[in-house]
Amino acid sequence: MTFSTVLTSLATSIPLEEHSSDVIAPSVNTPAAASGIFTLMFLLIALPALGAVLLLLLGRRSDKWGHLLGTLMPIGSFGLAVAMYFAMLHRPAADRPVTQHLWNWIDVGSFQAPFALQLDQLSICFVLLITGVGSLIHIYSIGYMKGDPHRRKFFAYLNLFVAAMLLLVLADNYLLLYVGWEGVGLASYLLIGFYIYKPSAAVAAKKAFVVNRVGDVGLSIAIMLMFVTLGTFTFEGVNEKIGSASPTATTWIGLALLLAACGKSAQFPLQSWLLDAMEGPTPVSALIHAATMVTAGVYLIVRSNAIFDLSNTARTAVLIIGAITLVMGAIIGCAKDDIKKALAGSTMSQIGYMVLAAGLGPIGYVFAIFHLLMHGMFKADLFLGAGSVMHGMHDELDMRRFGALRKVMVVTFVTFTFGWLAIMGVPPFDGFYSKDKIIESAFGQGWVPGLVALLGAGVTAFYMTRMWTMTFTGKARWTEQNEHPHEASKWMLFPMIVLAILSLVGGFTLAWGNSIENWLTPVTGFAHAETVLPEKIISYSTLALVALGALIAYRQYRRDVPLTAPQHVSALTVAARNDLYGDAVNEAVFMRPGQWLTRSLVYFDNKGIDGVVNGVAATFGGLSGRMRRLQSGFARSYALAMVVGAVLVGASLVLVRM
Amino acid sequence: MSTDHYIVLSAILFSLGALGVLIRRNAIVVFMCVEMMLNASNLAFVAFSRQAGNLDGQTIAFFVMIVAAAEVVIGLAIIVTIYRTRRSASIDEPNLMKY
Amino acid sequence: MNPTALLATSNTGAAWVFWVCAIFAVCGALGMLISRKPVHSALWVAFTMINLAVLYVALSAPFLGMIQIIVYTGAIMMLFVFVIMIVGVDASDSIVETLKGQRWIAILFALGLGGLLIGAIVNGLQGASEPSLAAANAADGGNVQGIARLIFTRYVVAFEVTSALLITAALGAVILTHRERYKARKTQEDLSVERFRDRYPAGEHPGNLPAAGTYARSNSVDTPALLPDGSAAPDSIPAPLVERGSVRTIDIQHLDEVHNLAQGDTVIDDDNDQALTPSGPADAAHTDESTDGES
Repeated sequence: MTFSTVLTSLATSIPLEEHSSDVIAPSVNTPAAASGIFTLMFLLIALPALGAVLLLLLGRRSDKWGHLLGTLMPIGSFGLAVAMYFAMLHRPAADRPVTQHLWNWIDVGSFQAPFALQLDQLSICFVLLITGVGSLIHIYSIGYMKGDPHRRKFFAYLNLFVAAMLLLVLADNYLLLYVGWEGVGLASYLLIGFYIYKPSAAVAAKKAFVVNRVGDVGLSIAIMLMFVTLGTFTFEGVNEKIGSASPTATTWIGLALLLAACGKSAQFPLQSWLLDAMEGPTPVSALIHAATMVTAGVYLIVRSNAIFDLSNTARTAVLIIGAITLVMGAIIGCAKDDIKKALAGSTMSQIGYMVLAAGLGPIGYVFAIFHLLMHGMFKADLFLGAGSVMHGMHDELDMRRFGALRKVMVVTFVTFTFGWLAIMGVPPFDGFYSKDKIIESAFGQGWVPGLVALLGAGVTAFYMTRMWTMTFTGKARWTEQNEHPHEASKWMLFPMIVLAILSLVGGFTLAWGNSIENWLTPVTGFAHAETVLPEKIISYSTLALVALGALIAYRQYRRDVPLTAPQHVSALTVAARNDLYGDAVNEAVFMRPGQWLTRSLVYFDNKGIDGVVNGVAATFGGLSGRMRRLQSGFARSYALAMVVGAVLVGASLVLVRM
Repeated sequence: MSTDHYIVLSAILFSLGALGVLIRRNAIVVFMCVEMMLNASNLAFVAFSRQAGNLDGQTIAFFVMIVAAAEVVIGLAIIVTIYRTRRSASIDEPNLMKY
Repeated sequence: MNPTALLATSNTGAAWVFWVCAIFAVCGALGMLISRKPVHSALWVAFTMINLAVLYVALSAPFLGMIQIIVYTGAIMMLFVFVIMIVGVDASDSIVETLKGQRWIAILFALGLGGLLIGAIVNGLQGASEPSLAAANAADGGNVQGIARLIFTRYVVAFEVTSALLITAALGAVILTHRERYKARKTQEDLSVERFRDRYPAGEHPGNLPAAGTYARSNSVDTPALLPDGSAAPDSIPAPLVERGSVRTIDIQHLDEVHNLAQGDTVIDDDNDQALTPSGPADAAHTDESTDGES
C-alpha cells in the first residue's frame, strides 16, 4: 500500500464537500503586460536587493548610515506597493493581474524560463504585508540592534530577506519562485545564525537550513514533474494544462508542493527548525513568523490552487497536515516558559490554521490568506512586544521571571494586549474575523476538521493568556537591581503602536462587505461552505471556548508562579516542553538510520565499489607490468616473434587449405 | 633440373638467412644474413622466370639487387654511426626500446 | 658453343652444376652462420653468392649471373668488408647465447619456415612442364637484350624510381656518416691554452713551484728562491715557515750577484776563485755551499 493510497483512503473517510454550482472558479484571464506604474514592478524587488548589495559591498564604510539606507529600501518598496495597490483598485477585476517580462532567463530548446514578474490580487496582498510589516520591523531593528557592532550587516541580511521573499511572491513561474524560495532559505540561515559566536545559534541556523532543504527537494521535484507532465512551469501554463494531466501526476505534484510548503512553513513533520530559530535576534523572529518565510508555504499552496482543486488526495493531505500542526503547535505553546518559544509554538499553530484552510479548497483559500494577513499583523506585534520585554529585562526570556510588567512598560503592555486579543480571536480584533471564518469553513468540510479548529481556538486562548498573565500581571518576580526593566526607545515603540492599531482595525476593514473574498476570488476561486452546524452556533461556541481557555489560564497563572518549572507534571507537559519530541523523532527516524545507511554505503563504497575498480586497475596494472617484460629491447627477440608469427600464420593457412 | 630443386635450395638458403638474423648478434653479420635472404628470393625469382618462360622474373630480381644495394649503403652507414657512438656493433646493445 | 649454352642445354651437365653449386651455396650459408669472425662470414657469403651466380647462368639468366658477381660479390660484399675493417677485423663474436631459449626456438622455427616454404611451393609446382627460357631469350637476340627491352618498356617507371632511390641512398649514407663541425678545428695552441685554463684556477701557478733557494746563496728551505729579476719568490717557501715568520731575508749582495748573473756575466767572487755560472745544478749547489759557509 503506497503513501498515496493511504491518503486516498483517509480522504474518503472524511466526507468531502461536493462542489456544487455555486463554486466560483478562478478566472483564467491572461495577465496583461505591465503599463503605467506597474512598469516599476521590478523596483519592488530591486530596491531591497540593492540595499543588501550596497551594504554588503561597502562594508564598514556604511556602518554609520547603513541601517537608515537599509530601512529606506523596504519603505520605498512599500510606497510603490501602495501606489500599485491603488492603481489596481481602479481597474476592473479582469484587468488586475499584470506581468512584467524582464528578460529570458533560461532559453534551451523547449525549456524556456523567463525572468518575469506577475502582480495580481494575491501577490499584492503579500507584497503589502512583506514590505509593510517588513518596513516596521526594519524601523524597530534600528532601536533593537542599536549598539550591536554588526548592525549594518544585520540590515543587509534583512534587506536580502525581504528581496528574496518579494521575488518569491512576484515570480510568474515556479522556477523563479524557487530562486526566491532558496533566497529566503539563505537569508533565514544568515539571520538565525546572526549571533554566530553562539554555538546554539550556529546549530539552529544549520538546522533551519537543513530542514528547509528537505522541503526544497519537494519543490524541485514538483517543478520537474510539472515540466515532464505539462511541459511548462509558469503559473499560467500550469493552470491551463493541469486539467489534462493524469490524476496520479497531479496528486504527486500536489504532494511534492505540500512537502515544500511543510519545509518553509514549519508544518508537521518538518516543524522542528522553527522553535530553534528563536536563536536569532527578535526582529528576525518577527520577520520570519509574521511577514516572510513561514507564509511562503501557504502562498505556494494557494498559488497552486489549480493543482489542489484537482486532487482530493493532495488536498486532504494538506488538511491533515494543517490539523496536526495546529494541535501540536498549540500544545507546545502551552508548556514553554521561554516567551519566544511559546510564541513560536503559536506561530506553528496559526500557520496550521492557514494550511488547514488551504486544505479545504475553494471554501478556504481566501480565508487562509485572510488569516495570514491578520496573523502577519498581530504576530509581528506580539514578537516586537516580546522583543521589547526582552530588551527591557536584560535579555531575559523566561516568563517565570517576568510578572507585573504592565506598570513598567505601559506601551508594550497595551500593544501586546492588542496582539493577545487579536490572536485569541476576540472581536473586534482582526484575528476574530479570519479565524472565525476558518473554523466555519472547517465545519463545512465535516465534523473532524471543524472540531479540531474549534479546540485549537480554545487552546490558543489558554496559552496566549498564560503568556500575557505571566508577563504583565501578578507579582513581580524580578528585582529592580538585577533586571531593571524599562520601556524601549521610540524607534521600537512606533512600529509596535502601528501594528497594534492594525491588529485592531485590520480585520473588520478587510471583512467589510466581504471585500477580501471579492478581491481574491479571481485568483483563488471561492465557494460558500455548507456547514454542518449553523454559523451562529459555531461563532458563539468559539467565543465561549476562547473565554473558557483564557479564564482557566488567568486563574492559574494570576497568582503564584514558581521561578523554576515544576518537575512533577503530566507526560503531555513533559512532551510539550520537549517540542513533542520532534527532534527525538527526527533523530530516531531519520538521523540514526541515515547515519547507519551512510556508514554502510561508505563501507560498501570503500570495499565493494572501490575494491572492484581498484582491483580491475590493479589486475591490469600487474598484467601490464608482466607483459612489459616482453619488451626486452632486444631486436632479435622481436625478430623471433615475427618469424614465429609468420610460421604459425603460414602453417594455419596450409592447414586450412588441406 | 626442374624448378623444384631450385625452389628447395632457395627455401633452405632463406631459412638459414632467417636463422642467422635470429641467432647472430653482430649487426654486420645480421645484415649479411638479410642479404642472404634477398639472394634466396632472387634465386626463386629466376627459377620461376624460367618456369614461366619469360624474363619478367629476371627483371624483378634485377630490381631487387638495385634495392639491396641501396639498402646496404644505408644499413652500413647506420651501423657505422651506431658503432661510433656506442663503440659496439652488437644489436643487443642498443636496447633503448626496453620497458 | 659457349659454356652458357652448354650449361643451359645439357641435362647431365646442368644436374652436375646444380648439385655442386647448391651444396656449395648451402655450405657457404652454414659457414656464414657459424663463423665467429664477421670477416669470415663475409667471405662465406661471397662464396655463396658466386655459386648462386653460376646457378643463375644455369637458369638461362647469364646477365643476372654477371650482375650477381660484379655488383653483389664485387661491390656490396666488399662494402661489408670495408665496414668490418672500420669496426675491427679482429673482433670475434662470443658464441654464448645471452637470450634464453632464443637459439633453440630460432632453429625450430627456421626449420618450420623452410619446411613450410618447400612444402607449399613444391606442392604448387606439381605437374609443371619442363621449363625453358630459350624462346624468350632468343626473341630479342639474347638475354641481355630481352631484359633491356623489359626494363626500358614495361618497367621503365620502376627503373626511373630506382635511380631516385639510389641517389637518395647515397645522400643518406653521406648524411648519416657525416659529422657536423660547429666550431673551427682546434689547433695545438688552442688545446694548450685550454688545458692550462681548465686545470688551474685564475692566479695559480701552472707548474711546479720554484724550489727553495734557487739562485740564492743558500739552499736552506727558509730562504726564498730568487726570480731572474732579483725579487724573492714567496711561493718557494713552505707555507708553515711563512706562518711561523722564520723566513730568511736576502742579502742585498746576493741580489747584485743574481742580477749580474741575469745579465749573463761571469762573476768572479773576490774571496773565492771559482766562477759562478748558471750552467749546472752541481755548480750552483757547490757555489751555494761555499758562499753559505763564508757568510
